[in-house]
Amino acid sequence: MTDAAELQRLTAELLASHPPASTDRLDFLKARFDAGLAWVHYPEGLGGLNAPRSLQAVVDAELEAAGAPDNDPRRNGIGLGMAAPTILKYGTEEQKQRYLRPLWVGEEVWCQLFSEPGAGSDLAALGTRAVREGDEWVVNGQKVWTSGAHNSRWAILIARTDPDVPKHAGITYFICDMTDPGVDVRPLRQITGEAEFNEVFLTDVRIPDDRRLGEIGDGWRVAQTTLNNERVAIGGMRLPREGGMIGPVSRTWRERPELRTQDLHQRLLKLWVDSEVARLTAERLRQQLVAGQPGPEGAGMKLAFARLNQEISGLEVELRGEEGLLYDDWTMRRPELVDFTGRDAGYRYLRSKGNSIEGGTSEVLLNIVAERVLGLPAEPRTDKDVAWKDLAR
Amino acid sequence: MTDLLYSEEEEALRAAVRDLLADHCDAPGVIARTESDTPHDLAAWKALTDGMGLAGLLVPEDKGGQGATHREVAVVLEELGRAVAPVPYLTSAVVATEALLACDADDLLAELASGRRIGALAVALNVAPGGAYKVVRHEDGSLHGELTAIADAQAADVLLVPADDGGLYAVDADAATVTPQVTFDLTRPLATVTLDGVPGRLLGDAEAAVHRALRAGAGLLASEQFGLAEWTLTETVRYLKERKQFNRPVGGFQALKHRLAQLWLEVVNLRAAARNAADALATGVDTDVAVAVAQAYAASVAVHAAEEALQLHAGIGMTWEHPVHLYLKRAKSDSIAYGTAGAHRARLAELVDLQTP
Repeated sequence: MTDAAELQRLTAELLASHPPASTDRLDFLKARFDAGLAWVHYPEGLGGLNAPRSLQAVVDAELEAAGAPDNDPRRNGIGLGMAAPTILKYGTEEQKQRYLRPLWVGEEVWCQLFSEPGAGSDLAALGTRAVREGDEWVVNGQKVWTSGAHNSRWAILIARTDPDVPKHAGITYFICDMTDPGVDVRPLRQITGEAEFNEVFLTDVRIPDDRRLGEIGDGWRVAQTTLNNERVAIGGMRLPREGGMIGPVSRTWRERPELRTQDLHQRLLKLWVDSEVARLTAERLRQQLVAGQPGPEGAGMKLAFARLNQEISGLEVELRGEEGLLYDDWTMRRPELVDFTGRDAGYRYLRSKGNSIEGGTSEVLLNIVAERVLGLPAEPRTDKDVAWKDLAR
Repeated sequence: MTDLLYSEEEEALRAAVRDLLADHCDAPGVIARTESDTPHDLAAWKALTDGMGLAGLLVPEDKGGQGATHREVAVVLEELGRAVAPVPYLTSAVVATEALLACDADDLLAELASGRRIGALAVALNVAPGGAYKVVRHEDGSLHGELTAIADAQAADVLLVPADDGGLYAVDADAATVTPQVTFDLTRPLATVTLDGVPGRLLGDAEAAVHRALRAGAGLLASEQFGLAEWTLTETVRYLKERKQFNRPVGGFQALKHRLAQLWLEVVNLRAAARNAADALATGVDTDVAVAVAQAYAASVAVHAAEEALQLHAGIGMTWEHPVHLYLKRAKSDSIAYGTAGAHRARLAELVDLQTP
């Protein structure tokens, strides 16, 4: 088993053979991948060394201290956080060799073609069709809420390959080439004025069968890997006091005494307490993970932060009085990264409305807590044994 | 950063206390006791103190205690809250003990630590740390006056009484007139204490001792509130899986599931806040903020949990026979005990520099 000392030795070796100061950024990242220091818990030959995931921090610290470039993970969040673990688990050897290296170094950015206008909370009801023609699949349909589609080389895609079986059974998982002429990416402008997301129209897109991930009809199971990995990143964070949305409004309160009122004071204090308590709950969850006893609290954290972000930013708009009547900029833009706190209170208020919708609505998350944590019975289901083509829509 | 988890020893302590309370404080027994002449369960108290030594957790070993910390005390209080056990633990083993720790009174401290004597701080239960409290007159070497809403005074052997000369005095309970009040919370009785020229032994400075005592009481009350909130949630979830209407378990209706999931989230938050307060009291780091945050948060959760339990139990929840009313009454009284959430928020405004307009 690779230990911390071995990783330090390998990192030193990499730094010696590829001095960051005199090595091209991409060359350095490729060398790092080939040395198994990209994600140490991945297999050898695929950027890792089969080492414990927790030891990644050792490598990262050494490289940061040496001023080495990183792979700018925020630019390829979907690729690193969702596509890669899915390819690792379900991909063929050829697929892993082809996709993981350019993905990790950031040469190839990935996006996700899951949600559809008619399949939101009920994702398994999706209707984008993939029909087999020889060694290819022909895909037609419409996807939505695709962040980064306009910068992406590849997409992870789920599509319906068999409409005659119940909805969960007829889905297959593909890797879609975003440069295919049948892929039409259109920005989807949001209430903030920006277009973080896109609509993606797929018209006779041709996908070779060797870009299928997992078995035909097994796409729902494969997608669970993707969706479970969506939440992994949240666990490790350690937030300082006033580290979230409560920070900016608290600073405004301190710096602008002329804006203060009794009513706002009471509301601010309540939200400050709620923020601090949510922070402590997140910290407790982190301590449980470190101690190897993960708790179910994670299911609740997204719910808590969605509500807090919305209420706090709403309060801040009111606190600003006359300025609260204004907005910084409605210009239509396509930002590369989502900025939750860098802009004005009005923007934060509008953007945080999405927090209770994206990545699972708060209503669905409450069901998940009720059923998986509290063990309460599921709603009676009318769609389990019905062929997808016969579902109400 | 504070340790927000429970250690193995703490979990073992919890299991032992829970076992003991299952034997002593079953719901029908607790309900029956509320209207008896002995509202405190002194057999349970003896088992907790004589048997397990829990009254001395906060007292150093060289002073006759167990030399443990607020973290262990918090675990005991979680369990006492779960059972709404009518024992003077918070009042004697925490509040009175903390007051004595601030004074020079090792003999009394050792007696309280052993559990053979019970102490009560003669400050009304609703007073927040740093808040104004009533004092008695110290005149010609004896104490005169009346103090109200003194928690567990009926069970106390010794009363710790603040006087107008700034001193804290120990008064033998037999020398005082202790009159039970009709209390909203049936499991934490209050009484009026009347001193009519009673001798007292000066222990030390009242202000410092009372402040220390109330701060610990407030911080650890959050663990009791967590325990009772967790019991009401667990019991309500259990009941709603069992209770059927419209040919389905009632707990399968989404309107109720969402309410319970929301409540679960609050209870989980309260556990973190209460653990944080207990740990901060133990380490002395960031204690004022941790206590104020826990008390600004806990009351609404405990009350909400008990109110939801009543509503979701529906008719049966309104009966004297079902224990949920004991939890509602305790939760509502706890929301006033050692300062309301509003009082703790006001304190927090100073502590974290979010000044009033």
